[in-house]
Amino acid sequence: MAVFPPKERIWWNEPIERVELIWIGVAFLWGLFMFGFMITWHFIGQQNLNKEAYRIAPSVYETKVEEFAKKYQVREEQGVPVVKPPAGADVYILGRLWQWWPVLELEKGTSYRIHLSTIDWMHGFSLQPVNINISAYPGYEHVFTLTPTESGEFGIVCNEFCGIGHHTMTGKIYVKDQKQAEVNQRLVAER
Amino acid sequence: MTAETVIGAVGKQAEFRTCQYTGLKVDVAAQTLIKANAVAAVVFLLIGGLLGLSVALTRWPAVHLLPAEWFYLALTGHGANVLLFWIIFFEIAVLYFASAVLLNCRIAAPKFAWLGFILMIVGALLTNYAVLQGDSSVMFTSYPPMQAAPNFYLGLILFAVGALIGCVIFFATLVIAKEERTYEGSVPLVTFGAITAAIIAVFTIASGAVILIPTWLWSLGLISNIDPLMYKLVWWAMGHSTQQINVSAHVSIWYLTAALLLGAKPLSEKVSRTAFFMYILFLQLASAHHLLAEPGLDSSWKIVNTSYMMYLAVLGSMVHGLTVPGAIEAAQRKNGYTKGVFEWLRKAPWGNPAFSGMFLSLVMFGFIGGISGVVLGTEQLNVLMHNTLYVPGHFHGTVVTGTTLAFMGGTYLVLPLIFQREIIWPKLAKLQPYLFGIGAAGISLFMMGAGTLGVPRRHWDITFSDAPIAFAHSAGAFLMMGLNGISAILAALGGAIYVIVVVGTVLFGKKIVGGHKLTFPLHSGGGAAVSHYGSEGAVKLPGTIILITIFFVSFVLYYFINWKYLSELWLFH
Repeated sequence: MAVFPPKERIWWNEPIERVELIWIGVAFLWGLFMFGFMITWHFIGQQNLNKEAYRIAPSVYETKVEEFAKKYQVREEQGVPVVKPPAGADVYILGRLWQWWPVLELEKGTSYRIHLSTIDWMHGFSLQPVNINISAYPGYEHVFTLTPTESGEFGIVCNEFCGIGHHTMTGKIYVKDQKQAEVNQRLVAER
Repeated sequence: MTAETVIGAVGKQAEFRTCQYTGLKVDVAAQTLIKANAVAAVVFLLIGGLLGLSVALTRWPAVHLLPAEWFYLALTGHGANVLLFWIIFFEIAVLYFASAVLLNCRIAAPKFAWLGFILMIVGALLTNYAVLQGDSSVMFTSYPPMQAAPNFYLGLILFAVGALIGCVIFFATLVIAKEERTYEGSVPLVTFGAITAAIIAVFTIASGAVILIPTWLWSLGLISNIDPLMYKLVWWAMGHSTQQINVSAHVSIWYLTAALLLGAKPLSEKVSRTAFFMYILFLQLASAHHLLAEPGLDSSWKIVNTSYMMYLAVLGSMVHGLTVPGAIEAAQRKNGYTKGVFEWLRKAPWGNPAFSGMFLSLVMFGFIGGISGVVLGTEQLNVLMHNTLYVPGHFHGTVVTGTTLAFMGGTYLVLPLIFQREIIWPKLAKLQPYLFGIGAAGISLFMMGAGTLGVPRRHWDITFSDAPIAFAHSAGAFLMMGLNGISAILAALGGAIYVIVVVGTVLFGKKIVGGHKLTFPLHSGGGAAVSHYGSEGAVKLPGTIILITIFFVSFVLYYFINWKYLSELWLFH
């Protein structure tokens, strides 16, 4: 081979092997499908993150959350207010060093407009064991609609590194059952 | 304009030796530079690897080795030392090899290359110094408003400038080779892959400058504010694209190893090169992978960017996933292993650590790193794993079982061919890629498992024992973390053997003289295959077709399983 110069010297003029051509076709179509499926899920799926967000000064956001907590507080747990907003209400969640504040009590099958932001560093909102993970930023108020589909006690942990107390940063959401007929109706409407 | 006027007059005639195994002409100045960069790489791998082991042992709940402060410090240092310093030093060595050595050319401006090397060393030491001081435990990503000491950023900037010099030397060497007609026709494929890596590196370093220089000024108090969302967008244009340098570099090493050990040539040059070219065109969009769960970004932006424009860069990797084993099968069949579907694979040189490292890297990069990367980078699926341990699980599949293992395999070629030393303790060396590969695969898979169960990344205590509001992960998550710890010990053993064999060989290995027979021999046509342009041409590849079908079926199944998980979540929009 070293004796004879290659027949083709310009790589883009060369032929393609058949097996390669078939695989390129399969892989390309698969890529196209995966691309299309992300778009499709916006129409057929119920899990799509809203892009709605507002710039907000952290101190202003903090005040909004405190007002929200005061308005709907039902009891206290470890010094943290437990807040039970009415169905469809705006719900505010605040991340700060090192807690998710306040504790929420929601109803299964009810939709809430969740507001999420932080007042110091970045934090990671991680609802467990459901496993919904959303980044939270200081200065950006992220708004999305959330509908719990199961009842019970759920933890919120922080999964964005936020300093030496990162591993102590938790929060909680209680989800209560309401009358079964009502839930089913709402879930059907929602889907 | 000649190369001399661009690069500066040639002071003295470059000194060459001819390699007795490949017939390549090796510029002695390039050879010394390759040695220096490779040695620096291994030193930083040792530091970063030890830090990594301490991180994994802390995350093992039954051991919980380090206190929190040290854990976060070690994790920051681990990221910087292995992900940046080890890999990029090695890549600079790869660039010098793929230009000067493969093209039989003298290296451009070796003194300038040494300046780059020194800058990289100073930068790496400065960042390590800042981390060890304890006030820069900001993680490798250093997201503001969390702030590190100014030296942390300055070290990274110096390191990047040094790496940029390395890229410039590489491009200048290509110009010289063309001017002085040291090769015929198109550059060889491995050099083409290295060019891909270097082009992406320049983009990456530019993005890094755009974000790290203002952040450094911010840490000095000269700039009042860095927007955290903007930071993340630009930082990842560096951070993720850096990984695409690694992909281009380790795919080049796959081709290099296959050529040197088996005499393999690409099935068709056009396909393999176009696949590399896809990387240049589309891999830069990957910053979006880190912004899928962020506020304010439009879905259409996320979908186009996260999919590398309709998965065209993924297509590049999937093509290499066929053409690399395909080239190996074709070469092995030519070498006489024609029985059945898989004789070519069974009788491959599995006892040669350069081959086993390369092949394990190929398989694991595809199955572990590749598939998980596409799933993680799917707009909606990301919410299932964003910032959980799944993320480090994925990228240990790419940069450890993929890049690091490929580089380790490549080292067993560099030692005899560039350092001209016979590998000491060959039995230990034979074992090394398997031990490290299995350990690293375990690390990746068990972290992905833990992430699927919700375990957060960069987290000292999954028992949340100090948290005011209690929370407990499932027993499965604890099991995963334990298995991850055991895998990390295996990988660390493999890593330790690697360092011992490399250092031992460099210092005490038998000097290779004329007529010496290598312990791990090359293919007789290896030198020609690696340094010349040319396709293998029409061949039947039944084995490769079976392998690629298994890969494709796994990919599709895993993809849909995750959509199933997603559909069971609470509803949000």
